[in-house]
Amino acid sequence: MRVISEYRDPRQSPLQTLVLHVEDKPGVLDRVASVFRRRAFNIASLSVGHTHRPGISRMTVVMEGGAAEAERAEANLHKLINVLSVDNVTERPSLERHLALVKVRCNPANRREILQLCEVFRARVVDIGPQALVAEITGSDSKIEGLVEVLRPFGILEMARTGAVAMSRGKQASEQGSRPGSGTASENEGSTETSNRAAVRDRISPPVIERVSLLSEDGRSLTAAR
Amino acid sequence: MSQKTGAQIIWECLLKEQVETVFGYPGGAILPAYDALTQYRIRHVLVRHEQGAAHMADGYARASGKVGVALATSGPGATNLVTGIATAMMDSSPVVCITGQVPGPVIGRDAFQECDVTGITLPITKHNYLVTRAQHIAPTIKEAFHLARSGRPGPVLVDITKDAQQESADFDWDDIEVRLPGARPASGVLPDELQQAVELINAAQKPLILAGQGVIQSGSTEGLLQFVDKTSIPVSCTLLGLGGFPASHPLNLGMMGMHGESWVNHAIQQADLLLAFGMRFDDRVTGNPATYATAAKKIHVDIDRAEINKNVQVDLGIVGDLRDTLLQLNEAVDECSHRQWNADIEEMKGDSAVRDIQTLPDNGRLYAAHVINDIWNLTDGKAMVVTDVGQHQMWEAQYYKHEFPRQLITSGGLGTMGFALPAAIGARMACPEGEIWVVCGDGGFQMTACELSTCAQEELDINVAIINNGYLGMVRQWQEFFYEKRYSATPLRNPDFCLLAQAHGLQTLQARTRSQARESIAKARRTQGTVVVDFRVEQEDSVYPMVPAGNCLHDMIRRPLEENPLVETAQSRW
Ligand SMILES: Cc1ncc(C[n+]2csc(CCOP(=O)(O)OP(=O)(O)O)c2C)c(N)n1
Repeated sequence: MRVISEYRDPRQSPLQTLVLHVEDKPGVLDRVASVFRRRAFNIASLSVGHTHRPGISRMTVVMEGGAAEAERAEANLHKLINVLSVDNVTERPSLERHLALVKVRCNPANRREILQLCEVFRARVVDIGPQALVAEITGSDSKIEGLVEVLRPFGILEMARTGAVAMSRGKQASEQGSRPGSGTASENEGSTETSNRAAVRDRISPPVIERVSLLSEDGRSLTAAR
Repeated sequence: MSQKTGAQIIWECLLKEQVETVFGYPGGAILPAYDALTQYRIRHVLVRHEQGAAHMADGYARASGKVGVALATSGPGATNLVTGIATAMMDSSPVVCITGQVPGPVIGRDAFQECDVTGITLPITKHNYLVTRAQHIAPTIKEAFHLARSGRPGPVLVDITKDAQQESADFDWDDIEVRLPGARPASGVLPDELQQAVELINAAQKPLILAGQGVIQSGSTEGLLQFVDKTSIPVSCTLLGLGGFPASHPLNLGMMGMHGESWVNHAIQQADLLLAFGMRFDDRVTGNPATYATAAKKIHVDIDRAEINKNVQVDLGIVGDLRDTLLQLNEAVDECSHRQWNADIEEMKGDSAVRDIQTLPDNGRLYAAHVINDIWNLTDGKAMVVTDVGQHQMWEAQYYKHEFPRQLITSGGLGTMGFALPAAIGARMACPEGEIWVVCGDGGFQMTACELSTCAQEELDINVAIINNGYLGMVRQWQEFFYEKRYSATPLRNPDFCLLAQAHGLQTLQARTRSQARESIAKARRTQGTVVVDFRVEQEDSVYPMVPAGNCLHDMIRRPLEENPLVETAQSRW
């Protein structure tokens, strides 16, 4: 188990993003989380939601650790019978998005400035009151961090953030394929030996990571300028 | 199709799964099932503690290769199974546990004897279920059996609410289709993997086979023999692998690891190729993994993908059934003699023979190793031996020569004291023929000694050898070696085991010398029913060789040569 005094800021650690498809049954989240807990892997974020297929949920787990740790987590997740697929998209051309709602203190005097900042970050203002407004932002981790940094001086009252949701790019779905050592099952349409091998090769190919960081750098410098 | 109560469905399912014996203990939440049992021809063994039920189911499974079944009520009944389930999990034993649960409508209200047993057993089962409707019982049990025995076997728990046992539902076994989209068989060896393996094997000068329990579970003994006969590659077994390859085979080197033979550990450290067949590089086998067999390329064949590269980084990992893999390897590898390498290993034996306690003359004292050796001799090496955990377990592994699979039943992964007696009861139920010996320590015996009562009630024919050294021997050994002989909490003041067994109506014998030991063994063998033999052995003897935990595998403590252990030193308390 992780020793508490050894706390590491997850943002300082290498991260791995796993996309899971699981049967939508009671206790499945517990089983998945248990794999990470039992092997003492720290989960940086975890988000769960339905897919377009009934009865199947999708989880995006961002874990701390390197490729070897992810490999071990993956192998152990495969052993859960409610887990239909596990895919490490870290090194794969893939999209990763977070959503945040940020409630920031604002008054008529600085409202314009805040609205402008939100606009720069492509954040939507979804609620305005006499003393506060709520901005909604989706994007990469760093983009959201950027917005948070520029809003912080005004006084952030509340913030709600999701973990990452991830999806590989292109035609290939992240829900099939990467299950090495499991090519023969007939239930698993599309998961042939060759596609397994291809998936493994894919993982070795040079990383093309799309981090939609847009204006976060600017955002940072803006903050610095204030 | 017919209507049955949930309780009846449980037994119908077990009959369909060809279950003949279950091990269990009744209670409120499983009462409907127990009531229905009166209508079915299934033998129920009433245990004295649910831990015993789980170990018995496990012992049954290990002895027969079939699924063992344990039954318990909710709450404390279910939690008592936990140690047994964890034991089965660590050693990949196919077990199905059926537990009662409080009625569905009161779940979550801390009802009497309610306990989240699926939550508790989540990390120690292959999978588990909570069933709240009668109609779900049959599909769940069918799935549970399938899971328990397929792929890498393991324990599965099915928790069934009392109301689900009471309500009625249709029962049609054949109509149930086990659909497990998430559970997929291993691919088996791929052509390029096979080719790579063959190249590595053909090129190796100093290859060694590490045979684990997977050899036994996949039924690969024959295949392994053929492979060895063709390639002349020497074999070493893990503790759980003993019996997977005949001890009498000239290329069987013996056990590896912490208490393995010294020449085996040296050979592993010098090998240029390790063929790990159905073993998992447990830390008791590798010593310090950073210094483990650094010169060797490693090929690892395992049914469980998660084992590949878990403890030791390998050059080639083959995820698949060992039997199929060996079949293909046997076709493809070159014939070879490895004369030089086998001669080298022979040389590594060096002074091992003179360090062997067996070579010391009878000085009137009784040594555990001698007892084991005598049991081996007098049973013609044919008995099934079920051990507990501790020094006696290691001596058994060293001095009983296991010839065939499932001959040794022992808790390897979890190292569970109290395992032996109940596991032997399970094994006895699975194998009514043949001789069974329990070998256990005086400490571990007391953990589940209540099951003597089960032996008596079921009139079982089991020989129980208590290797009585008046200590928690293995811990005492660690204290001797690593804690300057501070024997903190290891001396035992034992009951008179003979009186204890007699109180259960069982036969007993006691031995304090080598000749008494032989006589007792012979007598126990001739006697019907459970016989408990109290062997009063040398109290402060140690198991050698020993690789201290975390040391390199070749860095062993050997039995001292000049410091003759037979010299009178410690005062015997007997
Ligand atoms: C349930 C359990 N508790 C504690 C241990 C730790 N342990 C391992 S060996 C041992 C001593 C066993 O003593 P005994 O049963 O007398 O056998 P011996 O070593 O003397 O042969 C102990 C306490 C264990 N393996 N299992």
